[in-house]
Amino acid sequence: MSEMKNIKNLKEFSTSADRFEGANLLCPGCAHSIIVREVLNATNDDLILSAATGCLEVCTAVYPYTSWDASWIHIGFENASTAIAGAEAMHKALKRKGRLKQERDPKFVAFGGDGATYDIGFQWLSGCFERGHNMMYVCLDNEVYANTGGQRSSSTPIGASATTSPAGRVSYGEKMNKKDMLAIMAAHGAPYVAQVAPNKWKDMIKKIQTGFAANGPVYINAMSACTTEWKFLPEDTIAISDMATDSLVFPLYEIIDGTKLNITYRPKTVVPVEEYLAAQGRFKHLFKDEYKYLIKEWQERVDAKWDYLQRREEASV
Amino acid sequence: MADTMELRDIEVWDGNMAAAQALRQVQVDVVAAYPITPSTPVVENYANFLANGYIDGEFVMVESEHAAMSGCIGASAAGGRVATATSAQGYALMVETLYQASGMRLPIILNVINRALASPLNVNGDHSDMYLGRDSGWIQFDAYNPQQAYDLNFVAFKVAEDHDVRLPVMVHQDGFMTSHTAQGVKTLSDEVAFNFVGEFQPMNDMLDLDHPVTHGVQTEEDWHFEHKARQHNDLMTKVFPKIQAAFDAYEALTGRKYNIVECYDMDDAEVAVVCMGTSVETAVEVAKEQRAKGIKAGVVGIRVIRPWPFEQIAQAFQGCKAIAALDRSSPNGAPGMLYNELAGTLYNAATRAVLTGYVYGLGGRDLTKSLLNQIYADLVANAAAGKPTTALQQLIGVRGPKLEFL
Repeated sequence: MSEMKNIKNLKEFSTSADRFEGANLLCPGCAHSIIVREVLNATNDDLILSAATGCLEVCTAVYPYTSWDASWIHIGFENASTAIAGAEAMHKALKRKGRLKQERDPKFVAFGGDGATYDIGFQWLSGCFERGHNMMYVCLDNEVYANTGGQRSSSTPIGASATTSPAGRVSYGEKMNKKDMLAIMAAHGAPYVAQVAPNKWKDMIKKIQTGFAANGPVYINAMSACTTEWKFLPEDTIAISDMATDSLVFPLYEIIDGTKLNITYRPKTVVPVEEYLAAQGRFKHLFKDEYKYLIKEWQERVDAKWDYLQRREEASV
Repeated sequence: MADTMELRDIEVWDGNMAAAQALRQVQVDVVAAYPITPSTPVVENYANFLANGYIDGEFVMVESEHAAMSGCIGASAAGGRVATATSAQGYALMVETLYQASGMRLPIILNVINRALASPLNVNGDHSDMYLGRDSGWIQFDAYNPQQAYDLNFVAFKVAEDHDVRLPVMVHQDGFMTSHTAQGVKTLSDEVAFNFVGEFQPMNDMLDLDHPVTHGVQTEEDWHFEHKARQHNDLMTKVFPKIQAAFDAYEALTGRKYNIVECYDMDDAEVAVVCMGTSVETAVEVAKEQRAKGIKAGVVGIRVIRPWPFEQIAQAFQGCKAIAALDRSSPNGAPGMLYNELAGTLYNAATRAVLTGYVYGLGGRDLTKSLLNQIYADLVANAAAGKPTTALQQLIGVRGPKLEFL
């Protein structure tokens, strides 16, 4: 049985034993480290971890150092999911053959950025979910290839200026809408799929613990505000994250067994999308007169999605 | 517990079945695989063993060859015996992970059922895939027939899993010509086969929960060279003694002798052909016919492709006057790989044999005895002249005007 932590407040949380050390090279204000600590701190169980090539990987395992006090593997950009699935398969085999060194059953968790998840590692992730490995995949979704300097991914939202879809004299930046990974992963029939945000840590811990208790592949889409590429001050990470969840640009919900959708956070006061966009340098150009229609369209899309999520929840489908 | 399979002393197996049986007998813990012609039957046979109770390891049928090797890497790092099989395009898709497997020093066994690389698409046997991965840091064995494909798998596990080695090993065999051609294969009992390889001894295993490890780190200009140098050093210095010891142990167990370089009629050979795969057996037969005609003909088969057996090759050609290197892969704008490796090996050796190269058999085109007779005729002329009497590179067995270069 899984052993989950019972954490009542942030102080208790912050003094909880770390398996992800603060000694890492992530940018000051990076949400990745907050999310990873929240995931790892949700359980007392042993953990076997993997990471895709990306910010988290290059900043936490630079030889001869490691920030990981749990077994951890990185292979490449696209295959963090399959790396952990291979380890999970080995655990199953050795357990059956009676060759495990310890009786304890660890949790298997893979981390990947949105580039590794939405784009290059999509096939590997889909394969792992179809095969039903007992694993959790956490996408650290900062909506951009941050590690390589801010290129667009299929998670980059419309209107964002990225280095391969820059805003310019005749362009408003990214032209495509963000891919709906949660719907896609739920469509795999996964027992648990959820969107989380580091500022809503209680909601997040609850979801991670639900995920750890599930039997089968679990997908967690973690909104990860990126001070460097979203262009806001490092000390504003949580404030920006609050705007992301309270504007419903990042609605927090879960989908159980592929269909049953629950909204897990309803902001008391909904923040206009415009405020969320205005707080980030990557959307600065949208406030020119000729692009303001995009902000309006964005608000309409967020409203429509929120309405859709509520109708899904009400219908319990 | 998996059931024991009762085998006859000699079974009629093709190379794919031979490889699959070896994987079953060493009780691989995780096979992550994806089917591709002509290696598909390795995976199918294995699935059949599983379906009938002969396997108690995990069998993960993934969605691509890249995922197959990725899964193998994760499983191997977790700490257990791991193997898979592939060919050609699948091998090409795997290449990224081949380097990662060897750089992470994981003892994975890969059966490569050699096949041409597209385009044009072709499912038949040549060595294009083998050549593609030759610098990937894997130890690489070459089997010339199903018996060898069987035997070399046991040797592969024994060498790979040795804690002084900790490198992955490929066992190559020719697509269709070996993989789909059934021959008599002398078998080991399940117990004898498993005991030769022994229980897997984990090292730096992720599943040792009391001793967490970090696999697959980042190194830049400060440490990358040292890691690569150490791997190369181990390949150059540590691997051959381990291979030789494993060959010796295998000979003691089975009576079947393998050599790092296989020499046939080479003691007094004046003209010699160097090749790999099924071509070796054809060349040996032709060399015997040449000897009946009074030509001192020999054959050298490359058994260990990586690490390249520099010293053994240099010794093999003492007294030789003319050598032909036969490459079954298009060099695409260069001399063939075997030609280049031999030239590099022999340049400072005592021999001053004339070295010429031939490109043959692409996409499964037969290497006929008449082609080999022509090669030996060229070699006799080269030996008599003391210099090349032909172009340094000839394409043989191809239609159209004669293609020769250099």
